[in-house]
Amino acid sequence: MARTSVAKAKKITVDRRGFLKGAAASAAVGAVGSVVTGTSAEAQEQVAQRNATAQPNAAAIAADTGVRPVVSSRIVEKPGSDFMVDVLKTLDLEYVAANPGSTFEGLHESLINYGDNKMPELLTCCHEESAVAMAHGYAKIEGKPMMALIHGDIGLQHASMAIYNAYADRVPIYMVVGNHADGAERSSGVQSQHSAQDLGELVRDYVKWDDQPWSLGHFAESAVRAYNIARTPPMGPTLITMAAELQLHPNTQPGLRIPKLSRTSPPQGDSGAVAEAARMLVNAERPMIMTERTARTPEGMKLMIELAETLQAPVSNSERMDFPNRHPLAGTGFANYDPDVTISLEVNDVSGTARAARARNAKTISISSIDLSHKANIQEFGKYSEVDLDIGADAQATLPALIEQCKKLITPDRQRTMQERGAKIAAAHKEARKRNIELASVGWDASPVSLNRLCAELWPQIKDLDWSLVSWQGFISGWPGRLWNFDKHYQYIGGQGAGGMGYGAPAAVGAALANKKHGRFSVSIQTDGDLNYAPGVLWTAAHHRIPLLTIMHNNRGYHQEVMFIEQAASIRNRGADRAHIGTKLWDPDINYAKMAQAYGMEGFGPITDPKDLAPTFRKAIELVRKGEPAMIDVVTQPR
Amino acid sequence: MLPAVLLLAAAAANPQAPAPAATSSTTGDANHGKELFMKYTCYGCHGFSGQNGNGARLVPMRFPQAGFIAYVRNPPRANQMPSYSPKVLVDNDLADIYAYLKTLPDSAPPPASVAILSQILRENQ
Repeated sequence: MARTSVAKAKKITVDRRGFLKGAAASAAVGAVGSVVTGTSAEAQEQVAQRNATAQPNAAAIAADTGVRPVVSSRIVEKPGSDFMVDVLKTLDLEYVAANPGSTFEGLHESLINYGDNKMPELLTCCHEESAVAMAHGYAKIEGKPMMALIHGDIGLQHASMAIYNAYADRVPIYMVVGNHADGAERSSGVQSQHSAQDLGELVRDYVKWDDQPWSLGHFAESAVRAYNIARTPPMGPTLITMAAELQLHPNTQPGLRIPKLSRTSPPQGDSGAVAEAARMLVNAERPMIMTERTARTPEGMKLMIELAETLQAPVSNSERMDFPNRHPLAGTGFANYDPDVTISLEVNDVSGTARAARARNAKTISISSIDLSHKANIQEFGKYSEVDLDIGADAQATLPALIEQCKKLITPDRQRTMQERGAKIAAAHKEARKRNIELASVGWDASPVSLNRLCAELWPQIKDLDWSLVSWQGFISGWPGRLWNFDKHYQYIGGQGAGGMGYGAPAAVGAALANKKHGRFSVSIQTDGDLNYAPGVLWTAAHHRIPLLTIMHNNRGYHQEVMFIEQAASIRNRGADRAHIGTKLWDPDINYAKMAQAYGMEGFGPITDPKDLAPTFRKAIELVRKGEPAMIDVVTQPR
Repeated sequence: MLPAVLLLAAAAANPQAPAPAATSSTTGDANHGKELFMKYTCYGCHGFSGQNGNGARLVPMRFPQAGFIAYVRNPPRANQMPSYSPKVLVDNDLADIYAYLKTLPDSAPPPASVAILSQILRENQ
């Protein structure tokens, strides 16, 4: 082996091919040099050869120090990525969240220099999952997409869980991923490792649309199209794969233009089907309205209220902020209120409702855009729903026609019946609210702190602010919804979409960023398991001065899983005495106040005595109102 | 939550049902009961307080000891409350847990005596 390498090294020539060969041979000599021993003539010649190639010769020295052109021949005056920035600036993108990556270094540089880091402004993220989940939270408040810029292969795989959550949650996100697409240009090693023949394939099962443009003109068209598709109901994330070569090469394409962004109106329900739905609802004795993701905008909430009051029907609202929780019609009606007609609005899975309705000979209506966007592989659409009237349309867009039809059909007799029903529902609502408030006293002085006490103590301190709850209530027994007054669209952002942990902290930061320009006070009740997926987003909040109060629901574990393991052990007639293994986050306990401080924000706690809640809330709220993020670690009861 | 007497009656009427738990009370060891309450993650659903969480409120205890044991052996909603057979926890263990639960304070003041809750109740009236 050594002999062959040395033999090749002797044949070095001065042309480029020869130089490269020689360089390779020298490298090979260097590589074997460490195993050459003794003082054989061959070994000495090998060392001499290596020393000779390491020194610059006279010609090389002259080339490096002599008269040189004023401008390097490597300079690219008009890179393709500058044009990409021109395109992106037409799309009303306020921010671009990114963890840096070499597949988009061209666009990165154009964004901050050519684009002056404005519209969009770059947000430094510590993980691609955080970048996409921040965009997820932002869109739920602002109602429009934020951009996430993602590194090829590895970045996209990091981002994939957050993309799936957004897809299942019907949230628009505008994603651009870099790719060293041209095999002739990319180098071996990381450039090859971070490129793909079809990058979109990695996430195609859960993006609404993707494309890989092959020219700048193509990029302009696809970039505009992707934005419009993302925000058209049913909304979802879209992805543009952007070749590194297109970013880095000079823009030499003549006549490039940026297409005008048009807006596709959301699909409305068929007029005949809507009329039939109105007939069923008006004639029903006990109609029920169920809603998950109807109100895309504040106008959607107004329409929901109008429909409920027109029908005097109860509204069961889960997921998003579709209906005020203290409205007299909020809830599931009075005792034994078995609906004879249930209308589900943008409910992902109506199968349970439909099954229960069939059992009592009742009817089910669904208005949803979900059936317009199913994909084959991921089964997040749930069980097949045997509904009686299925209207494939956007619910908010269909509500005006449905309300109008209902009003036309309501006779004075029906009106009287409805008013009587509404009064009974309102009385039941009042009673249910009173019961919830009474239940909030249970475990009032408990240590660890009860979640009802935590939420009750927080409410009087935020209720006069323009507040927004930017975390899900599912892991905290819904206490804010039971105690607080939610009557504005931006006051709640709902959950993950697909149940993927790691969403909560970055979505809260993204939502708080959207709330910032409106001067709103953002608060997140953050679960500990979720935060530990990618806590670097705390640094992003501190770095970008995003005001957000994070209150840790620190139950020291993945509590849902503790309960699952208990059940599994029980069914197998084994004890739950090992259910903590693999589920609890203790020994050592994690100190979130110190974690917050390490990431650059004020951290309080850990609080174990509920009497410490109120004074600590006051201090932290004051800081957040000044524009800073802050965190309070509260050691809590499991739920 | 069904009263224990109903649970026991249901078990007696069903020949397939497991034998009823011992009905004679034993004085439990609260300290050992606390160990078991923690070890068997009872707090997961009932809270460290025995009052908070998705599970039934155990403080104040409304069951007699025998009723409590019968409940744990064969919960009425098995998809929510895991059952614990004598193979896993013998009657004496459950008596110890029962004794521990009886030591936990009822931290549920009358809502009207809690200023914050009274205020929330008055809102939007």
